[in-house]
Amino acid sequence: MALHYLDHAATTPMFAAAIEALVDELGHAGNPSALHRSGRLARAVVEDGREAIARALGAEPAEVVFTSGGTEADNLAIKGLWWSRTAEDPRRTRVVTSAVEHHAGLDSVRWIAERGATAIVLPVDREGVVNVDALRDEVAAHGDEIALVSVMGANNEVGAVQPVDEVVAVASSRGIPVHSDVVQAIGHIPFDFGRSGLATAAVSAHKFGGPVGVGALLARGNVDLTPLAHGGGQERKARSGTLNAAGVRAMSVAAVEAVGSMPSESSRLADLQRDLIAGVRALVPEAVLSGPEPGPRCLPGITHFVFPGCAPEAMLYVLDSRGVEASNGSACTAGVAQASHVLLAMGRTPSEAASTMRISLGHTSSREDVAALLEHLPEAVAKARSIGGGLRAVAPAAGGPGR
Amino acid sequence: MKVLAALSGGVDSAVAAARAVDAGHDVVGIHMALSRNRDEFRTGSRGCCSLEDSSDARRAADRLGIPYYVWDLSDEFEDRVVADFLSEYASGRTPNPCVRCNQHIKFEALLGRASTLGFEAVCTGHYARVALRDDGARELHRAIDTAKDQSYVLAVIGAERLSLAMFPLGEATSKAEVRAEAQARGLGVSQKPDSYDICFIADGDTQGFLQRRLGGRPGDIVDQAGTVVGSHGGAYAFTVGQRKGLRLGRPSADGEPRYVTEVRVDANEVVVGPEALLSVTRLEGDEVVWLAADEPAAVPRRCVVQVRAHGEPAPGRVTVAGGRMLVEFDAPMRGVAAGQAMVAYAGTRVLGQARVAAGSAP
Repeated sequence: MALHYLDHAATTPMFAAAIEALVDELGHAGNPSALHRSGRLARAVVEDGREAIARALGAEPAEVVFTSGGTEADNLAIKGLWWSRTAEDPRRTRVVTSAVEHHAGLDSVRWIAERGATAIVLPVDREGVVNVDALRDEVAAHGDEIALVSVMGANNEVGAVQPVDEVVAVASSRGIPVHSDVVQAIGHIPFDFGRSGLATAAVSAHKFGGPVGVGALLARGNVDLTPLAHGGGQERKARSGTLNAAGVRAMSVAAVEAVGSMPSESSRLADLQRDLIAGVRALVPEAVLSGPEPGPRCLPGITHFVFPGCAPEAMLYVLDSRGVEASNGSACTAGVAQASHVLLAMGRTPSEAASTMRISLGHTSSREDVAALLEHLPEAVAKARSIGGGLRAVAPAAGGPGR
Repeated sequence: MKVLAALSGGVDSAVAAARAVDAGHDVVGIHMALSRNRDEFRTGSRGCCSLEDSSDARRAADRLGIPYYVWDLSDEFEDRVVADFLSEYASGRTPNPCVRCNQHIKFEALLGRASTLGFEAVCTGHYARVALRDDGARELHRAIDTAKDQSYVLAVIGAERLSLAMFPLGEATSKAEVRAEAQARGLGVSQKPDSYDICFIADGDTQGFLQRRLGGRPGDIVDQAGTVVGSHGGAYAFTVGQRKGLRLGRPSADGEPRYVTEVRVDANEVVVGPEALLSVTRLEGDEVVWLAADEPAAVPRRCVVQVRAHGEPAPGRVTVAGGRMLVEFDAPMRGVAAGQAMVAYAGTRVLGQARVAAGSAP
């Protein structure tokens, strides 16, 4: 059975050159912090990688802090900025973020909110785009009390590109640092850290053709980061742990390839996305596109639909058994599909938010992959609909005081 | 054949699925999420709703090399099993939630979804046997291992749905055999303890669960003469035949132990009396499911009848008429609770079942 992988936003296959670089580098011993020859060679690999990644992302090499991935980078930025900014001025008790952040960002904000911060969650519109006016109001009313603003570059579920430039303009008018999770943006839309005005940005290698387990926080030199985990302080004294030379080298190869091919690749994916959306709408007229229509406000790789009344388990089963791999949303630890907080924030009902599918495209995606999805979608929808879907309203238990 | 194997995370369902794979079927493993506390992590006491179980089920599927999915049936489970459990107790009956789960969850909600998705059978780790008759009908029989036999809780699914059920453990000679097979197959759950409790009552405290969900309703415990001999927190939590947990202040006049002989939910009274009062010779049941079309019971027919999950079957005569099942036992039976299933057998074969509605004394 041919596999049609349509879940690139979860992780995308590594570029062949990145695999080659990773495997080659794994054969070299040497701790980049050691002072002998092997150590120096390993350090050179890390620094070559750092420079290449910095160039690809519009950053200075000194602004690249390697981490284990996007989640750690988000945590380091949000908690680090919170601690250092409140230490500087204890009046800064507010943290502003959006309702559609990845959990790495959202839950970091919640965590500090449980420890004294006031979390301000900016609403989004029906397409998942952050309301900048709400930020303007917040900054106008409480500008001196805001420790940081965290708004992602593009949403990982529905693909909505966020108005980060406007967010930065509003926040920087009061000197407030902005963090952005740009994990989904790299290789799909232009990103230039230097021009962005961001204080920090989180990236993850495995979303653009590098390996899982390595990523980076881009952080301006004047941003004072507080460590999450303590140790050798290898990365700007803010991030400890032996430097992952092989991972960094593979990540740099992937970054160069992904960013270099971005202009042609994003237009190729945009064409596929248009076919995909037109095909889904023709086959399932009641399907509702969740994010913005294709164009500059939407990632070309991420397409998200609500299929009203469809049991998500049934759609997953039918498509998966035909070799079509798309995402029905996140699952809890036990494996049960959950209603997405992103869809709920966009004003969808819990039932709609549970009957969804994200089709995400990447560098290996082809017309055949889209065609395979469209071939099996009608059967998946028909069966999922006859089972009935989403989270149902719960009848109160007989005689009980309720749950 | 396309087979959906229900994987609870226990050893029985894992071995059953393994046997289905060995038989050459195209097997897909499904773990049903039945609890609303989906992230609950429970060790020690076994149930069918925990994170530990879903991860054990996943590893069993990995080991067998079959696809694995989790299906959320917690709404159906709450509506059809837990709510029924509460309303039955609230009505003074003692339900068997495993019967309801087989009736409405495993062989209705799950089986229905499976059929829609093109599966031809649902495979479970139940200990029971299905026999195919020459006329194409299915017979339900006790398992070879009578100690593990679960035909009592399966009779309710009826004859038609048996054609879509697969019980590969029905031929197993013992649980030890199943555990040994699990170990030989490298299944990590081979030594996992059996589950005995009601899966949605994690701490095993049924009375506490009923009080939480139904609310306390203090009342009197009275004897046959109507004399108050104790108090209770809610008559619904008591079961006919119950002796423990009555906390009666004074011993009975004759010094003999006292049992719950009647639960009067409307009056919120629990009646206690000597063991002799527990005896019944006639039982009437509703919600009749008769599986043996070739063996009707329009006129009284001799068979054996089992009235509780692990009870000894007792001989008597069964009549089914007007949607009711009447059982006349040869010898008095004691402590039969309304709400339980009564299942009629001819040898190992299940003829039919009903829910005990009422009993009457000799």
